[in-house]
Order: sequence, then structure tokens, then C-alpha cells
Amino acid sequence: MHDTSDQAAVHHHAPPKGFLWTHVFSLDHKVIGKQYYFLSLAAVVIGMVLSWIMRFHLAWAAAAIPGLQHLSQVGAPGGIITPEYYLSLLTLHGTLMVFFVLTTAPQAGFGNYFLPIQIGAEDMAFPRLNMLSFWVTFVGFVTLVSTLFISDGPPISGWTAYAPLSALGNDAGPGLGRGQILWVISIGIFCIGSLLGALNFIATTLDLRCKGMTLARMPYTVWAWFITAVLGLLAFAVLLPACVLLVLDHVGGTSFFIPGGLVLSDKLQPHSGGSTLLWQHMFWFFGHPEVYIAIIPGIGITSHILASTARKPLLGGSRVLVGCMVAIAFLSFTVWGHHMFISGMNPFSSLLFSVPTLIITIPASIISLNWIATVFGARLRFHTPGLFAIGFISVFVTGGLSGFFLAQPSLDIYLHATYFVVGHFHMVMGVAAIFGMFAGTYFWFPKMFGRMMNETMGKIHFWVTFIGVYCIFMPMHYIGLAGNVRRYSAFVDDYLIPLIPVHKFITIAAFVTGAAQLLFLFNLFWSMYRGKKAEENPWDSTTLEWTIPSPPPFDNFGGRHPIVYHDPYELGVEGAKGDYVMQDSPEKLAQS
Amino acid sequence: MGKFFAIVLTVITLVSASIFAMHIWWMPVDISVHGPALDKQFGETLMGTGFGFLVAQLSLAYFLWKFADKGDGRKVREFPGGPKVTIITAVVLVGLEILALSFVGQKAWASVNLDPAPPNAMHIDVQAEQFAFYFRYAGPDGQFGAVHPEKISDGNGNYFGLDPENDIPARDDIVVGSLTIPVNQPILLTIHSKDVGHSFYVRELRIQQDFVPGIVIPVHFTATQTGKFEIVCTQLCGLGHYNMKAYLEVLPQDQFDQWLKAQAGQ
Repeated sequence: MHDTSDQAAVHHHAPPKGFLWTHVFSLDHKVIGKQYYFLSLAAVVIGMVLSWIMRFHLAWAAAAIPGLQHLSQVGAPGGIITPEYYLSLLTLHGTLMVFFVLTTAPQAGFGNYFLPIQIGAEDMAFPRLNMLSFWVTFVGFVTLVSTLFISDGPPISGWTAYAPLSALGNDAGPGLGRGQILWVISIGIFCIGSLLGALNFIATTLDLRCKGMTLARMPYTVWAWFITAVLGLLAFAVLLPACVLLVLDHVGGTSFFIPGGLVLSDKLQPHSGGSTLLWQHMFWFFGHPEVYIAIIPGIGITSHILASTARKPLLGGSRVLVGCMVAIAFLSFTVWGHHMFISGMNPFSSLLFSVPTLIITIPASIISLNWIATVFGARLRFHTPGLFAIGFISVFVTGGLSGFFLAQPSLDIYLHATYFVVGHFHMVMGVAAIFGMFAGTYFWFPKMFGRMMNETMGKIHFWVTFIGVYCIFMPMHYIGLAGNVRRYSAFVDDYLIPLIPVHKFITIAAFVTGAAQLLFLFNLFWSMYRGKKAEENPWDSTTLEWTIPSPPPFDNFGGRHPIVYHDPYELGVEGAKGDYVMQDSPEKLAQS
Repeated sequence: MGKFFAIVLTVITLVSASIFAMHIWWMPVDISVHGPALDKQFGETLMGTGFGFLVAQLSLAYFLWKFADKGDGRKVREFPGGPKVTIITAVVLVGLEILALSFVGQKAWASVNLDPAPPNAMHIDVQAEQFAFYFRYAGPDGQFGAVHPEKISDGNGNYFGLDPENDIPARDDIVVGSLTIPVNQPILLTIHSKDVGHSFYVRELRIQQDFVPGIVIPVHFTATQTGKFEIVCTQLCGLGHYNMKAYLEVLPQDQFDQWLKAQAGQ
């Protein structure tokens, strides 16, 4: 076990002076964590508004959305969305949500803020690299959003940017020239930021733990962020070169992803020798681990908060949880082909990819059962973060179970590219991860901003959201079963027209749920200034972030070098003051 | 709050499961020879996951009902049997389910994708383009003309890039915009794309297969019922993706023969 010496905790940069160095180009992991959080917040607001526009269009395709023509005269003449503009919005929605929300807030946002504190460090291992990774990510974000304002518009090839649609330029459709190039550059930049961040997380976790913070005593969250960083390091390292090759196909006259003999607008394309499946392999080699990059931090956050909510550590403790997360992380690199069952790759490989895809449900099931069994015999405190943590369990189980269908190539034949898939991945990757973010926000807000979020608004937010997401995403499974194809801007096929009323229901549910998110936003900013002052440890939790003032001083521990004596979740302890023992408390526990 | 949560979760669980059970929205009737195996496997998976869904959500609801903090200083309790129980349950139940599904599933998948088309299968060539499907029958000589990409022209209706002037087998090729086939006759489609990725999806046939530019992919099936069905594109292919479709018409053999003869005579 690696114990760092006291010297390792010495702060390696002085407090900055002036607004620019304190709030903008800060080296402080807490400021960078908040910057990532607010970047994600901006992305999620745009992504959510895009989804409202799309949902409205799917339910009432002929109706105008007042004011939309001002965003794009070509894309929405008179406020009515054209089919290509629908696809542009869809691409932007998926890309923003997957990269700039799900990959950013849970890992880079909360991780940056709390990983160093939870291991008793005063900052990340490489503060300058940390600042760089945020600003690189920010440039990626601006590049992506800029596609909304160029004449081409955003690309119409979806967040998966399948070649050759994404490689052939404007001949293949609007937005596929400059819009697509900007998209690829944005994602390439994002990869660089994520790689830098991943290195920093790994080095920090391994090197900067305070005295007594053995690996076994690391909170669930630290393990989750650490494992996610390793995943990110391996996955983004493959997406980055894929992006470089795709840009070259556009601007360098290469044909990495374009085979010969393609004809567009009666024009034989000047390409030959490329492979369209190569893009899919490279993309999904990143893309499937990416699902776990999005969800593992949520698993960590939920476990962390569930322990505090239930007043007991997770059943099986760190050992089982970490074992399962490592197993999931490892297997996640062996399953990418399940996105390609019907892609035309060798059908034998579909069978091979199906097996680890099914096996990955075993560690996921163990984690889920352990969460549910942790609730057994608990003393549940139903505060808002706890509600979202429990809600996470429910949606994670629901979303995970539909994966059983899609993991089987023979069932994927029917379900592939239907709303069943849309319902599945939104539930397990989107909603579950977002519930993790909400839980984390309500839980750590007091530490980050020194004030409590309003509980009444929080509870209304939870109930509307929890019921709302089931109303939005369960019906998608049903219409998927009826064969409703995804990525259609309107439903004109004979068998799809009778399903439009279901789309109307989903749209209404999305608006109601969306309204609750506005309440969350209001609560967030209102509480920052008007919320009740937070104590040091409002949730009676045990890990190191609750041993320091809210908000923490610049060097986190105020010059103190914390020493850890206990496991991270000594909760429900009899004979202790309250019912818990802080990780850094020298108090001895009665051996039970 | 715990009781309220339990009620909400129970209602959500039961409503969600009932809608599946009642088949309100469901797959259309299968018209293929290989389809029943896939439908059976779907049913088995639904039973397995449905059981897991109900047990997991309802246990969670029950525990939420029961284990709220009432401020009475009650001790927290471990789950009886500890993590061993949950681990063994997950490994055994999920493991068995996986084994069962993998073995059944392999057979079903193999019948669609690994077994070659029967030798008597009728061969139809299919090309997809933004935003249409074209189907080509070999004509009386039983041979397809070669495809010349440089000759492809939507403008003059040469969708496959045929060269009838120099290529004799191409002269009697029949090119149409909908797929007409005889019932109970094995069909072999060779599918390829002219421009970007597309997909061939017929719900009733339980078939979905991507068109991959640069590759010719064989698809085989036998339709067991006559009727008219929709073929739709399921791979994002550009702005007209939503509107890319064709019809599949399954005819009795004699009607099909007449139809083919009429096409050849045109």
C-alpha cells in the first residue's frame, strides 16, 4: 500500500491575485471543477432546448415554433423545421450531451473539485495541465456550438458521424462540409482535453494521497473517478486519431473511410480504397467505453451518497464495488462490436461480441443488487440528494435490463435503430448519469458554495423528474417494439403514422419534465446567494470533504495535513457521537 | 416520504410492465421462415428481464416503505447473508439467463446470417441511394449485367450503371423501384450502396441489414405470407432519410410469374 509522506501535501502554488487569475485562468482544482460544471450546465441547457424543439417537431411536424426562424432562416423558414435542420439539431443534441455533459460534469466537474479533497491533497498533481485541459475543452465547446451560426449549419450525420456520410462533404448533404469539419475538430480538441485530464486524475490518485489514505480507504467516488480516468486515457486515445483521419478525408484528399466507386449527384467521387467500417470500429472502440466513462462516476457518486442516506456502507463495501467497476471497465473494451451487429461486419464476430456484452451485465447486476440490499435495514434519510441517489438505482436497473435485448444479435436485427435503442440508452446512460449529477449537485452544493439548496424546490424537482423520465422513455421502448425508426424527422410511413399520438404524449411529458429542470436551475442560482448557510458537515457524512469549512479554503485543509484512520463509510456506528466516525478522527472503534 | 416513494415506484413498475404484457404496441405478425425463432427468443428475454425488473423495483419499493429513518435510534441491519447472497444470485441467475440466451440466440442468428442461402434461392440485386431503393432482376438469361459506377445516372434512369450496349447480360436486366417476390420461395438479396450507408428494414420479415458502401452483402429469407409491406431505411443517410422507403409485395407464384413476364416484356 502506498502512503504518501506529509511533504507530498505541501501546496505547490500560492493563492492567486486578481479576478482573472482567481476565477478565469485559475490553477485551483476547485475553481476548475466549477468551471467544468458550469460548462456542462451551459451545454445541458442548449442540449435540452434542442431536444424540446425536436420533440415538438416530432409531435406536430407541420406547426411553426415562433422565433425559430431567427436562429436559422434556412433551417427553419417561418419557424417550421426542415428535415435537414432536424438532423442538424439531433447531431448537436447528441454531441453536446454525450461529450460536454455526460463526460464532463460527473468526471471533470465533480472529480476535479472533490477527488483531491477526498484523498487529503491540496490540489491536483499538475495544476497547470488541469487549467489547460479545461480551456482546451472550452475551445472544443465553442467550436461545436459555432456550427449553429455558420451558413452550412451543424452537420446532419448524428453524434456517431458515420462515414462516408460524414466524409464526403457537401455533396452528401447540407452541413456535411464546413459544419462537419468543425464538428470533427471540436471532438478532436475535446479528446485532447480529456486525455490531459485523465493523466492528471491518475497521477493525483496514485501520488497525492495523504497519510493513512490507503487504496482500500479511498471513497467509492475516488475509485470511480480513477477507473474512469483510465478508461478515458485508453478510449480517447483511439477517437483522436480517428478524428484526424476524418479531417484528412475532408481536407487532405485522403480516403481512409471512403471506398471507391461512390456516386453522388451523378458524380463519381474521387476516392478509393477506404473502409467505412474502419470508422465504425474506431468510433465504437471509443464509443462503448464512453458509455461507462459517462456512468461509472455516477455509480461512484450514487454509492457515496447512498451510504450517507442509508446510514451504512454499501453492502460488500469497496471491495465488491471496485471489483465490479474494474470488471465493467475491462469488459467495456471488448464489446464495441455490439453496435455493429447489422453493419455488415463478419456475422461470426457478432456472436463473439455478444458474449462479453452479456457477461458485463453480471458485475452491473451485482452492483445493482448491492444497492438495493443496502437499502434493506437502512435508516433512510430522504433528503433531495438521497432521493436522486435512490432514483438512480431505479432508472439504472430499468435502462440496464433493456440492454439484455440489444446484446443479442438475433434480437438486434429487429430492434436496431428503433426507438427501443433510444429509450435504452437515454435511460441508462442519459437519465441515470444525470440523476448522478443531480444527486452530486444537491449533495455537494453546500460544500462548493457554502449554502444549502432549497429542499422544497429540490423535492418537487425530483418527483416531477423521476415520474417524468419514465413517461418519456418507457413509451420509446413500446414504439420501438412496433418498429418506430429513430433519426426520422417526420413519420410518413404507413405503419408509423398511428404511432404519432405516442410521440405527442412523450413530447408533453418532456415539456413537463423540462419545466422541473427550470426549477432546478432557479434553485441552483437562487441558493447560491439566498440559500441557508451551510455547516461543515450538513449530511453527517464521514469522508474528508466534510472535515473542512464550506466552502473550503484555497489550500483545502487550511495548512493542516490530514491523517486518515478509518474506512470511508463508518456510518451507523453505535457508541459514536452521532452515528458516524469521520475518516480523520483518531477515535478508536469498538471491534464488532 | 419512504412510503410515498414506494407507492410511486410500485405504480411505475406495474404500469410499465403491464403495457409490455398487454402487447398494446408490439411487433407485427411475422411473415418469414426464420422469424418465429427470433420472436421466441424475444419472448424468453422478455420473461427473464421482466422478472428481474419486477423483483428489483418492487424489492426496492418495499425496502423504501419499510426502512425510513424514524429517529427512533433503531440500529441499521445488514442484508441477511451479506454480499455473498447478492453476488451468487447475480452470477447464477444472470449467468444462466446468458447461457440460455446465447445458445438459443446463436441458432437463430446462424439461420439468418451464417447459413448460406439455399441453392434454389431467387437472386435479386438491390442498390440503395439517397433516398431510394432499386431492385434488379436478372431477366430471362438468368445473369446480371456488370455494374459500372461511372455510368450510374439518376438523370437517365441508369440506377445500376449498366452498359447494355457492350454488355449482353445487362440487356434484359429488370430494374424496378419496389421489391416483388413469390411466396414460399427462398430469396437471396445482394445489397450494395451507391453513395452512403443505408439500411434495409422490413419489420414483418424480421430483417434489418445495413447497406455498406464498398461492400456487397448477401441477405436471404423466405416469405411465408402474401401481402404488401413497407421497406424503410434505418441508417441515417441524409436529409431525406425519413422518407426513404419502398414496398415489398409478396405474391402467389403464378401471379409473380405473370408480373415478371410483364416486366420483361416492357
